[in-house]
Amino acid sequence: MNGGDDASSSAATSGPPPSLEWRFSQVFGERTAGEEVQEVDIISAIEFDKSGDHLATGDRGGRVVLFERTDTKEHGGSRRDLEETDYAVRHPEFRYKTEFQSHEPEFDYLKSLEIEEKINKIRWCQPANGALFLLCTNDKTIKYWKVQEKKIKRISEMNIDPSKMESSSNPPPQLVANGLPADKAHGYLTKDFSFPPGGIPSLRLPVVVTSQDTNLVARCRRVYAHAHDYHINSISNSSDGETFISADDLRVNLWNLEISNQSFNIVDVKPTNMEDLTEVITSAEFHPIHCNMLAYSSSKGSIRLIDMRQSALCDSHTKLFEEPEAPGSRSFFTEIIASISDIKFSKDGRYILSRDYMTLKLWDINMDSGPVASYQVHEHLRPRLCDLYENDSIFDKFECCLSGDGLRVATGSYSNLFRVFGTSPGSTEAATLEASKNPMRRQIQTPARPSRSIGSMTRVVRRGSESPGAEANGNAYDFTTKLLHMAWHPTENSIACAAANSLYMYYA
Amino acid sequence: MSMVDEPLYPIAVLIDELKNDDIQLRLNSIRRLSIIARALGEERTRKELIPFLSENNDDDDEVLLAMAEELGVFIPYVGGVEHAHVLLPPLETLSSVEETCVREKAVDSLCRIGSQMRENDLVDHFIPLAKRLSAGEWFTARVSACGIFHIAYPSASDMVKTELRSIYSQLCQDDMPMVRRAAATNLGKFAATIESAHLKTDIMSMFEDLTQDDQDSVRLLAVEGCAALGKLLEPQDCVTHILPVIVNFSQDKSWRVRYMVANQLYELCEAVGPEPTRTDLVPAYVRLLRDNEAEVRIAAAGKVTKFCRILNPELAIQHILPCVKELSSDSSQHVRSALASVIMGMAPVLGKDATIEHLLPIFLSLLKDEFPDVRLNIISKLDQVNQVIGIDLLSQSLLPAIVELAEDRHWRVRLAIIEYIPLLASQLGVGFFDDKLGALCMQWLQDKVHSIREAAANNLKRLAEEFGPEWAMQHIVPQVLEMINNPHYLYRMTILHAVSLLAPVMGSEITCSKLLPVVITASKDRVPNIKFNVAKMMQSLIPIVDQSVVEKMIRPCLVELSEDPDVDVRFFANQALQSIDNVMMSS
Repeated sequence: MNGGDDASSSAATSGPPPSLEWRFSQVFGERTAGEEVQEVDIISAIEFDKSGDHLATGDRGGRVVLFERTDTKEHGGSRRDLEETDYAVRHPEFRYKTEFQSHEPEFDYLKSLEIEEKINKIRWCQPANGALFLLCTNDKTIKYWKVQEKKIKRISEMNIDPSKMESSSNPPPQLVANGLPADKAHGYLTKDFSFPPGGIPSLRLPVVVTSQDTNLVARCRRVYAHAHDYHINSISNSSDGETFISADDLRVNLWNLEISNQSFNIVDVKPTNMEDLTEVITSAEFHPIHCNMLAYSSSKGSIRLIDMRQSALCDSHTKLFEEPEAPGSRSFFTEIIASISDIKFSKDGRYILSRDYMTLKLWDINMDSGPVASYQVHEHLRPRLCDLYENDSIFDKFECCLSGDGLRVATGSYSNLFRVFGTSPGSTEAATLEASKNPMRRQIQTPARPSRSIGSMTRVVRRGSESPGAEANGNAYDFTTKLLHMAWHPTENSIACAAANSLYMYYA
Repeated sequence: MSMVDEPLYPIAVLIDELKNDDIQLRLNSIRRLSIIARALGEERTRKELIPFLSENNDDDDEVLLAMAEELGVFIPYVGGVEHAHVLLPPLETLSSVEETCVREKAVDSLCRIGSQMRENDLVDHFIPLAKRLSAGEWFTARVSACGIFHIAYPSASDMVKTELRSIYSQLCQDDMPMVRRAAATNLGKFAATIESAHLKTDIMSMFEDLTQDDQDSVRLLAVEGCAALGKLLEPQDCVTHILPVIVNFSQDKSWRVRYMVANQLYELCEAVGPEPTRTDLVPAYVRLLRDNEAEVRIAAAGKVTKFCRILNPELAIQHILPCVKELSSDSSQHVRSALASVIMGMAPVLGKDATIEHLLPIFLSLLKDEFPDVRLNIISKLDQVNQVIGIDLLSQSLLPAIVELAEDRHWRVRLAIIEYIPLLASQLGVGFFDDKLGALCMQWLQDKVHSIREAAANNLKRLAEEFGPEWAMQHIVPQVLEMINNPHYLYRMTILHAVSLLAPVMGSEITCSKLLPVVITASKDRVPNIKFNVAKMMQSLIPIVDQSVVEKMIRPCLVELSEDPDVDVRFFANQALQSIDNVMMSS
C-alpha cells in the first residue's frame, strides 16, 4: 500500500475527498527578525481538548498556556444552531486564556539527578462544573490541574473590625489563634453552654460582596510522583473517566485520577539484566473507546496492543504490529530509524497512526501483518543519515496526528515544515507546508494565497540557511528548526503546530 | 462594624473566621458550626447561616468536606425535623462539586437528613432535589443523584415512583461511565426500596443493561450488585435471573470481573439456595480457583473457608479440596499467602479425620514455604487447628518451622514471630513452651537488631503475665540477670529494659530481692548511657517497691549518680530524686 508521494499513479475510483488548501489562521508568540529564542520558551507539548474549544501548550520552562476558541462563543447560542444559521462556516480561532507554572526544576538528591521542568505531555480530562482539568507531566512527575473562573469576593463586614482592634485601648489579650480563649472562664465554645433560646442578636455573619470581576485560577489538585525510574514519555486518559496511564522507557503504570499515592504497574519490559536491554517503550496511548485496551510503541518499530482484561500484568501483548524488514536493506541505521516516536489512535479506535524517523504508518488494529498505508516523510534524507547521526538529529522525536474524521494524517519535519497526507483510498493528497504565515510557500505548484488576516500579508521573515528550491536534495534543510509537536483539531480541519517558541494555527 | 461585648468575643471571632484567609481557621470555624448556630439561634440559623453557607461554597475541599459532614447532623440547630429541608440547598451544591470525597460526604448527609424528614417534606423538597441532581448539566451532580434515590423513592406517589424509576434507568444508560458506575453501585440500595412487582421488571432490566455495558469498569460494579439483588428476589427468581448472569460473569473475558465474582460468590450461594449452589456455583468457584490470572486465584483462595462453610463437608472434600491442594503449591506466593491466611478455618468444617488426612499435609507444606508471609499466616491461626487435631500432632510438625522462622535472615520475620510467641505459648501450654521455645526467647535478647531485642524484652513481660511470677522466677529471671554482664553496653541496656518491664509483673518482693540489686550494680557501670538509664529506671521502680527500700537502696544510689561527671546522668538522677520527693510529699 502506498500513500503519499508515490501514490500519484493510483486511480481514484471512489473519489477521494479533494485535497485541502491550507491557510494561515493565527500565530501566538511569533518571533521577530533576529530575535533570539529563549530555551525555556520552546514549546514541548500541544493538545486540543475533546470538544476542540480549548488548546493547551506546554513549554520547556514548565509553563502551560491555555487558549480558548472564540469563534463559537460570541453568539451565545449553541454551536449547532450557529452552524445552521451561518453556513459560511468560520474556521476555528483561538485566543489566549491563561497560563500557569505547572512544573519547577527539581533535584533528586538520592540519585543526584536534575529533573527538568520541561512539559513532556499534556492531556485534557473530563471538565466538570465549568472548570477545566488537565494532566501535565515532566520527566518524573505528573500533575492534575484544575483551571476555573472565580468571581472575586470581598468581605465587607465582620463582628470584630480588625482596624479598630489595633487601636482599641483594651484588646482582649488572652486570645490565641482561632478564636479560642486562653482563659477558660469563657464557656461559649464548650458544648454544654446554653445560649439564650433566640440566640444572641448582636452577633452577625460576615458579609461577602461578590463583584462581577472574575479571574482564572489554576490549582494543582493532585501530584502523582515517585512511580517512574525512567523518563515519562507519555500519559493517556482512559475512556472510563477515572484512570490514566503513564509510560516511561521500561514501564507502563496505571493510575486512578483520585488516588495519587499508588499506581499499578501493568507493563514492565525491564530485563533482569540491563545488559540484555534491546528495546524500550517510546509512547503509549489508551484506546479512545474501550477502557481495557491500550497500545504502546517501541524503539524497535513495533506496536503492541494489550488487553487489560486478560491479566493484571500485561507483559504479553494481545497483538503485535510490526513491518517485516525488507531483506538486504539492513544497515547501521536500520534500527535507529525504525524507532517509533509517537503513536495515536484514530477517533473511532480502529486505526493506529505511528511515526518513525522516515515515515508515517497507518495500522488497522484488525490487521497485524503490516500497515495499511505508509507515507514517506523523510525519504530524501536517507543519503544523509550519517550526518544526521553525527549531529544527533536522527534521534529527534516527531509527533503525529490524525484529523477527527480520520481522512488525513499529519506530522512534522525539519525547517519548520510539516506534511499532511490523505488516507482515504485513492487519495493523492500530500502537502508540505511551512509553519509560517505563508504555509504554502514551499509548494511551488500552488501559489500561496493571501490569507484573511491583514497581518499575514507582510513579507515572511526569512531565517537561517533556507533558500527556496534547494531543498530537493535536502541540503538546505535546517536541522535546528524542527517541528516536533503538532495537534489536529478534533472536529475541524485545523492544525496547531509548534515552531520553537511560536504556535502556528492553520485551517482548511 | 460593631464591637461586641467582651464575653461574646470568642464566638464573634469564631464567626468571623468562617471567612478568614487561613484555611486552618476556616476549618476550625466550620467544625464548630453547631456552636455558631446555637449562638445565632434557630431562626437566624435558618434565615442567615444556612443561606450564607450555600453562597460560600467555593472554598477548599477540606473545608467543604467538613461542611458536608457538619450539615448532616444539623437538624437540631435549625429547629428540628420540621425545618430539616432548609439544609438541603447547601448540600445540593456540595453534592455537585468535582471532588469525590466531598460529594460522597454530602450524599451521606443528604441521606441522613432525608431519612429523618417528614413524608410531605420529602415529597415537597427531597424528591425535587433528586430530580434536579439527575438532570444536572455536569456528571458530578448525576453521580450524586444515584446515591439518594433510595431515600426519595419510598415516600413518592405512584406516579412519581414510575417517574423516579425511569429516571434511574436513564442514569444507568448515561453517556458518562462515571454516572453508570454510580448507578451500578447504588442499584442494590435502590432496589431494596422498590415493590417486588417492579423489581422483576424495571430493576432487572436496568441490571441487565449494566451487566452488558461496554465498559469493564461498569460491568464489574454490576457484579457487586448481584449479591444484593439476589437477596431481594425470591430464590426461584434469583435462580432464573441472577444465576445465569453470575455464571456468565465467572467466565468473563476480563479478569477484574472474575475477580469480583470470586469475592462475591459465597454471598450468592446464600441467595440461591443449596441445590443451584451445588450444580452451578461450585463448578464456577472451582473454575475461579483454577483461573489463570493470579489475582483471581488470590481472591478465590481468600474465600475458600467461607465457601466451604456453606457447603456440606462431602462436597467440600470432593470438589474444593483438590483445588486447595493445587493452590498450596501455586506459582504465585500471594496466592499461597492468601490460602494460608484462611485455610486453618477449614479444619473445624471438615472435622478431625478429614483434617488429618487432607489438610495437615497442606499445612505442613505451607509451613515450609519459602516465603515468610505464607508461614506466618499459618502460624497466626494455629489455635483453630489445635482444637481439631490436638496439640501433640501439631507440635511435632510445627516446631521445626517455628524455629526456622525464629532464626530467619530478615529481622521483620523474626519480629513477627516474636509477636506471636505469647499467643503460641497460651495455645500450646507451659510444658511445650519450656522445652522448645524458652531458649529462643533468651536468644532474641542478644539479637543484632535493636527492634528485635526490644520486642524480646516485651515478649518476656507478656510471658510472665501469661504463666505467672513463679514460673517467671524460675524460667526467665535467672537467665536474664545472667546476661547483665554482657561485655557490650547495648546488650546490657536491653537487659535493663527487660528488667524494668518485668518488675511490675513480678511484684515488690522479687523486685527488691532479685532485680534491684542488679540495677544498683549497673549504676556503677562505666558507660554513662547505662547509668542514666538506671536513673530513669529507678524512677519507674519507685511506685513498685516499699518506701523504706526507696530510702535505703534507691536514694543513695541516685544521690551518687547525681554527682556523676556526665551531665545527662546528673540530669536524670536529679529528676528521679525529685520524683521521690514528690511521692514522699503526697503520701
